Amino acid sequence: MKYAYYPGCSLEKTQRGYDESVREVFRTLDQEIVEIEDWNCCGATVYMSVKETVSLAISSRNLALAEQMGLQVMAPCSSCFTVLSKTNRILNEIPKLHSDVNEALAEAGLNYTGKTKVRHPLDILMNDIGIEAMQKKMKHNLNGLKIAPYYGCQIVRPDKTFDDKENPILMDRLFRKCGAEVVYFPMKVRCCGGMLMTTFEETALKLNKELLECAVANGADVIVTTCPLCHFNLEAYQDKINDVYKTNFSVPILYFTQLLGIVFGLQQKAIGLDSSFIPLGDKVTSLVTV
Amino acid sequence: MAESLRTPFFMSKTEAELRQVFLEQVKQIPAGERIKRCIQCGTCTGSCPVSYAMDISPRELIALFRAGEMETIMKSRTIWICASCYSCTTRCPSGIKITDIIYALKRTAMEKQYKSKSPQVQVLANLFIENLMAYGRLHEGTLIRKYYMKTNVAKMFGLISLGRKMFATKRIAIFPKKIKQHEALSRIIKKAQEIEIRHTPERMEYSPDYVGYKAIGEMELEQRKGN
Repeated sequence: MKYAYYPGCSLEKTQRGYDESVREVFRTLDQEIVEIEDWNCCGATVYMSVKETVSLAISSRNLALAEQMGLQVMAPCSSCFTVLSKTNRILNEIPKLHSDVNEALAEAGLNYTGKTKVRHPLDILMNDIGIEAMQKKMKHNLNGLKIAPYYGCQIVRPDKTFDDKENPILMDRLFRKCGAEVVYFPMKVRCCGGMLMTTFEETALKLNKELLECAVANGADVIVTTCPLCHFNLEAYQDKINDVYKTNFSVPILYFTQLLGIVFGLQQKAIGLDSSFIPLGDKVTSLVTV
Repeated sequence: MAESLRTPFFMSKTEAELRQVFLEQVKQIPAGERIKRCIQCGTCTGSCPVSYAMDISPRELIALFRAGEMETIMKSRTIWICASCYSCTTRCPSGIKITDIIYALKRTAMEKQYKSKSPQVQVLANLFIENLMAYGRLHEGTLIRKYYMKTNVAKMFGLISLGRKMFATKRIAIFPKKIKQHEALSRIIKKAQEIEIRHTPERMEYSPDYVGYKAIGEMELEQRKGN
């Protein structure tokens, strides 16, 4: 199948590892993804929570562009995924807002019906492509690697999406098939604080410390994420957490598409592993194709 | 049950106006009217990862709204610290969209220009919007730089080592880049802003039966009861 790819702002540069690995993994699986031409920022939670009509209008522009392509949207960033899905839900349930949005879109000669489906790559990999098709491409297995699958909040909530809201399991299932040991990780959907790292740093540091603590206490070698915000908070602020809490965490944080890329034997650089701040550790490094 | 039993008996004009703006916002939330069903069980507060840092718990927000204490809510820290993780919304046994209700409270506070105990969130939101309008995509570097300039300049120094790491791993775009159809996007935003302003007078016109639960659609609730 073919998908309209919506990378979102953070994947453009700061989280290029996610973008690169998504593209490579889909290429390896012979799935075509076409970037939405000239997409704009979805507005994220920050915008949606303060100005509703405007935020719906700007996120609808992307959905309208995808509708013209006649494709489903693939959005790897959890925030984009939630905002775009929520836009669909609101437009379909509140007709007044739908007509307001179309009135605004008309200024750019666009119109949106509210019918473009928004999908997350994890959903597409597991439900459209399937584990069997992926197994055919596997070059390494993850035997001996212990992972903590961290889903974060916004790909499984607030509305029913593709996995359970309290105990999602698709990533667990995927990497178990790849040979990894999935450790007990009860905080798999607990919040990392998101943008609170900027506005309420102390609170966000505590949330992330607890996540790291939980993963390490349960023996994880690596935390696997699906969201650029979770990834950034856990990775870039690990030093600061160590400073503040006198801990010595050194937990590598990988995107699930990067770990899948490792299983597929893709080159380190192609899946953006060269952009990690934290050393990958012996176990992961031994599997990586240089 | 008569409607009057569910709205406060005495109410100042400020309170009534705040309720009106808030309830208009609630109307725009799918299934927003479920706020009526709150049983004050506190599952929201117990599920919230940041409730320990709030001055008013999520459960109390609804209690205060019912008690006619909108002003207390407007001045709270709570509505600004919510990280939008939707744990409360997921677990609420009455199906209340608490996260969205908090957004509605935030918008009410912004519309009525309440000074926040945590002004940095509004600073960030405004800079985010400014950034998006200027380029069509978010340029994180500009956003963060401007944010710390306005809130805490000293903190910028603490970010130098992080900045270095990001530079070394090619994770920083030095200059922001505009999208091609930036003009068209600006027209959309301008129009949407006009529409939002067009709806404001409806919210401003105070009518007494507009400040209780009745305003968010008794009928609708009846229809949805089966869900």
